[in-house]
Amino acid sequence: MRILPFVVSTVITAGLIFAMDKSWPLGGKRLPPLGKFLSPQQGFWQNAEASDQDFAADLKFSGLKGKVEVYLDERLVPHIFAENDEDLYFTQGYIHARFRLWQMEFQTMVASGRVSEILGNDPKYINFDRETRRMGMVYGAENALKQIEANPITKSGCDAYTAGVNAYIHSLTCANLPVEYKLLDYKPEEWSNLKIALFLKQMSRTLAGFDNDLANTNLKPVFDFRDLMVLNPQVNDSLEPIVPKGTIFDPPGIVPVKPPSADSLYFGKKDSLNIAEVTKPDPDNGSNNWAVAGKKTKSGAPILCNDPHLELTFPSIWYEMQLTSPTVNVYGTSFPGSPNVIIGFNDSVAFGFTNAQRDVKDYYEIKFKDDSRQEYWFNGQWKKIDFCREEKIKVRGGKTILDTVAYTVYGPVIYDKSFSTALSGGKAIACRWVAQDPSNEGLMWFYLDRANNYNDYFSAIKDFSCPGQNMLFAAKSGDIAIWQQAKFPARWYGQGLYVMPGEDSSYMWQGFIPQKENPHVINPERGFIVSANQRPVDSTYPYFIPGNYIATRGITLTKRLSAMEQITPQDMMKLQYDYYNRFASEARPVLLKYIRENDINAEGKKYLDLIKNWDLQADANSKGQTVFTAWWDSLRTEVWKDELEKVSKNKLRPESRTLLEALLKDSSFKYVDNINTPRTETLYDDVTSAFLKALPQLEKDDKAGTLEWAIHKEPTIFHILKTITPFAKTGLKVGGDGEIINAVTKSHGPSWRMIVDLSPLTTAYAVYPGGQSGNPGSRYYDNFVDAWVKGKYFTLWVMRKSDVSDKRVLWTLKLSGK
Amino acid sequence: MKLIVAVILTALLAFVGGLYLPWWSIAIAAFLVAVIIHQKAGKAFLAAFLGAFLLWAALAWWINMKNQGILAAKIASVLPLGGKAVLLILVTGFVGGLVAGFAAMSGSYLRTSKP
Repeated sequence: MRILPFVVSTVITAGLIFAMDKSWPLGGKRLPPLGKFLSPQQGFWQNAEASDQDFAADLKFSGLKGKVEVYLDERLVPHIFAENDEDLYFTQGYIHARFRLWQMEFQTMVASGRVSEILGNDPKYINFDRETRRMGMVYGAENALKQIEANPITKSGCDAYTAGVNAYIHSLTCANLPVEYKLLDYKPEEWSNLKIALFLKQMSRTLAGFDNDLANTNLKPVFDFRDLMVLNPQVNDSLEPIVPKGTIFDPPGIVPVKPPSADSLYFGKKDSLNIAEVTKPDPDNGSNNWAVAGKKTKSGAPILCNDPHLELTFPSIWYEMQLTSPTVNVYGTSFPGSPNVIIGFNDSVAFGFTNAQRDVKDYYEIKFKDDSRQEYWFNGQWKKIDFCREEKIKVRGGKTILDTVAYTVYGPVIYDKSFSTALSGGKAIACRWVAQDPSNEGLMWFYLDRANNYNDYFSAIKDFSCPGQNMLFAAKSGDIAIWQQAKFPARWYGQGLYVMPGEDSSYMWQGFIPQKENPHVINPERGFIVSANQRPVDSTYPYFIPGNYIATRGITLTKRLSAMEQITPQDMMKLQYDYYNRFASEARPVLLKYIRENDINAEGKKYLDLIKNWDLQADANSKGQTVFTAWWDSLRTEVWKDELEKVSKNKLRPESRTLLEALLKDSSFKYVDNINTPRTETLYDDVTSAFLKALPQLEKDDKAGTLEWAIHKEPTIFHILKTITPFAKTGLKVGGDGEIINAVTKSHGPSWRMIVDLSPLTTAYAVYPGGQSGNPGSRYYDNFVDAWVKGKYFTLWVMRKSDVSDKRVLWTLKLSGK
Repeated sequence: MKLIVAVILTALLAFVGGLYLPWWSIAIAAFLVAVIIHQKAGKAFLAAFLGAFLLWAALAWWINMKNQGILAAKIASVLPLGGKAVLLILVTGFVGGLVAGFAAMSGSYLRTSKP
């Protein structure tokens, strides 16, 4: 034996193996463990699914009581037939995990502030995790878990679902781990009922976590409360509310009282708080849903339509499936990470959701006695905090961070000296949010999936607490209905628009709006119901209900549906795909009236003509849409910038519609003047200068060939991990915009389009921008995207047990007990 | 002749090892073959490198063909190899070959008596 060379080569071999068996941080990303990752027998190659992959299987699990069959059709949609509900949810958990495990787990890591544990030692991730926990996400999920486990239905459903997910996790080997685990080099942990609760909390954060309270407070030195109501009017002039205008409301069951000190300590207090949230949900998270009654349809049966607008991701947040047991036969789309079908239909009814956009999160300034944060000033004395939560944030490649969060009567102290010091200047701010309260949202879907009529639907939804949703319903019996349902705080006028004083119990929420007073519509005279994130009611509703409302789609849809008769599902498909820009139809006349054409040169006139001749369609090829958007955006800056520049951080720009309506009412609207110049600008000045300022970029885009709308806005479906760009799909030829019915923005839009015709034999259609498999190496990863881009739909197949030999069934999974 | 036998044997043993053991079992396979079929260190390296390279590259190529190149194109952009599946297959083979090669050298030196 030659010792020295032997030692040298052995050390090299061992070194290579060591280096290529682990992942290394590399310029903000991570290099996967090359050896493990490239091995064709264990690495990513194992995720490269054969195009003729056989998904059939015969599986035995000790958790099952009876036999379950899962029929996968040609689109990889599973049709699950179980002999009892527990087996049904076990199998749903197993199937979700089989096709979507990585996203399920990652989303709950996001929800629980554990991102640094996976993605590494970066202040960006650590601050995200701290804020997530400090706003009470895990605390809220633990409260929800107690309710879930106290109810026998949700307890047994979630236990079975969790067992199903874990049955899949336990069957995994290094070779068949989802590819994201291999790229980032980590392994899935056990699934739990807490993770189901966390997933639903994440929906609350996405949909009911938006407010401008901190930003509004920041505006105080420049804009007083009256100004704020001009910048952010509670009721748009052109509003088409969900509850038709003129509906008489009952007198309020609770009348909140404004604290006597409010004028001086709340509205009038002008110290600017420089706090900005680390992350804020996308204000575009919205949706459309509408139902038309039989009297307006060709078949005489109601039609229900729904397209929730969310961040468009791979894998999609949605997973299509059919669930069948002796108690249920429901088809629709589900959330991987949670039992039941979320949007869908059964043999008798259909249901869909849009976001209520209501503000259910408020902030209170807390005065601690000292840095120990054990006592705070409350009702004239030092009060002991309720408790402290010790948050342990594990950091990959770094030390675990301990973060102590004080809980007050309002809720957790989200910002204080230990967090966001640079921004908050040491001020302590507590966060009161409905999502922190005990609740059991999942129970609603258990009952909704099994509803046979309006009464079933109503009793299913009436206890739902957060996030507030417009819960649309239609039945074969002919009923259509909607309830805007959640626990909504009853506020005195102006309450919660700013950070409130935390020293005085009179600023606390005084109660919730009684459920029966929540906005609702049942079988309206006009024969249709629309919700599209608009304010739900007109100004006669007896409560102050601030929110992040979006008015335009509601107006377009109300006008459109009023005019339609003899409606068919095909008409509804066209409507969901509609590109008409109603906002531009109202704004263009203002722009064209006030532009000084003499100030525009020949080159500029070219773009002006594009606007003049534009058919108002925001389709993929439209150049008018691009020019209009640039011009209008420039006008918004022109009008607001001078005033908002005075506010240092956390800038807020009033909604487009607010500006438009102000200008339509009064062309000498006071904010039109630029306060930084001695002369008084008119609307002519602003509109013309906005056009001239938008021009250079438009010319540049034109030369670069990016003036067409779809090329200009670059619609993209990103992978959930945005950094893995090769897993994304870019350059989609799709038009639309946030306030257009077909609300596709850059990476946001209709995440599921569904139309259900409730004729005696239900016909339903749907499509979503993704695919049933979460595996980037599968042909089913993105195979629905083309249809979605083109506005095409798949006809949904409600399979009966007798259809097993139908040629649409490509694979069968048989599951049974051990 | 010895070289070819060693190449084939390394590939075979590495394949079987990969079914049950972690990825680095190719090193064990290469080491064992180099001990059993004794060659000079350089030749042992070459045989193991070729054996592992051929095994990994061939398996990758086969999987990629069945997959119609969907995943390899994406991973070859993540890594970054310009989205070229061929390069990714070659890199895969090279990584396997390198580890096996050095392990085989150890095997060879174990049986080489002092000069």
